[in-house]
Amino acid sequence: MQSLKIEVLVGVFLLLSLLCLGFLAVKVSGFSLGKSNDRYLLYAHFEQVGGLTVRSKVAISGVEIGQVLAIEYDQKTMNAKVTLEIDSSISSMPIDSTASILTEGLLGSKYISISLGAEDQALSGGDEIFDTQSAVILEELIGKFLIEQF
Amino acid sequence: MLIHALKQIGRLSLEILSSMGRALRLLSSALIRRPDHRNIPLVIRQIYQLGVLSILIIVCSGFAIGAVLALQGYTQLVRVGSESALGLGVALVLVMEIGPVVSALLFAGRAGSAVTAEIGLMKATEQLASMEMIGVDPITRIIAPRFWGGFIVLPLLALMFSVVGIWAGSLVAVDWLGVYSGSFWSVMEQGVNFFDHVIKGIIKSIVFGFVVIWISLYQGYDSLPTSEGLSTATTNTVVFSSVWILVLDFFLTLMMFEL
Repeated sequence: MQSLKIEVLVGVFLLLSLLCLGFLAVKVSGFSLGKSNDRYLLYAHFEQVGGLTVRSKVAISGVEIGQVLAIEYDQKTMNAKVTLEIDSSISSMPIDSTASILTEGLLGSKYISISLGAEDQALSGGDEIFDTQSAVILEELIGKFLIEQF
Repeated sequence: MLIHALKQIGRLSLEILSSMGRALRLLSSALIRRPDHRNIPLVIRQIYQLGVLSILIIVCSGFAIGAVLALQGYTQLVRVGSESALGLGVALVLVMEIGPVVSALLFAGRAGSAVTAEIGLMKATEQLASMEMIGVDPITRIIAPRFWGGFIVLPLLALMFSVVGIWAGSLVAVDWLGVYSGSFWSVMEQGVNFFDHVIKGIIKSIVFGFVVIWISLYQGYDSLPTSEGLSTATTNTVVFSSVWILVLDFFLTLMMFEL
């Protein structure tokens, strides 16, 4: 009887701690499995990526539709090549859509905002977004402003 | 005079070396044994002793620390108007630092000292020797189950500690101080990464569990069979464990969270 009670309590303990792990994974760190299965890739070249990082969000009208998978320097075009991972439920973005790097709030993190174009043809996996707007670097802006002043 | 000082240094270092050797020998003999399924009930018994009975202290401390973190964080963050980052701050601090470290310190005080006292008393009353006499190996029967029990239990306790702390933080921040619950949880979810933060915290507590239970077992097994020896051993367990936890924490952080 005694050992049964101990075994039950140990079982409850193990289950509880697994639940805690689950809580940390899902609720605290927003971790979910199989997220990358139904996604497709797009590419975009930027003159300046500023503070954009891998796993930054990609959004249309502020709604998250994917994330940045990789950022690398492209030797041929001599600027930054950003790989975007887009949710496959978003399938009808026109090919003349624009990707711009914006900041969330005044001091927030950088993200990519896509504004839709007008063409009938839609972007599909592996395509490139040609029309891009680079990140605004606050220091550069201040520098320009100062030069114009004097 | 000089010879005397040299002799002292030599003796001290020999003592340290030989005790390190004995500790390693105890560890390796506890680890390198043929696994025996008949010992599983013993391990379960130890998980109960070291883990289930520690839940209360872990939950109470986790709750208090989470609440304090939220309060302290709020008073600082509200001055720059970014109290929405409170959830992120509380969660990161708990998952990466306070959770593993404080639960290991509590574990050393609550369970480690108990293990040392138990084994030290077994040694003092010659139970270990009589076990050997009747052909039962005290390492497999006494040491190994306690080692595995402690090793398994501490990471789980640390997880509980973090979760209870985050919950207490949300109680204080959202329900009491009026931080908007949506931003509390969503900023936390965005800022905390499972592999970068949660897993690294778990790795820390695995290392701490290993070190604490090893020190506790060794101190008990190596204690002098007197009442004074027993009290020294118990004190040593808590002191050495605490210092090792904090020192290792620094180096683990240095190694894992690349600068």
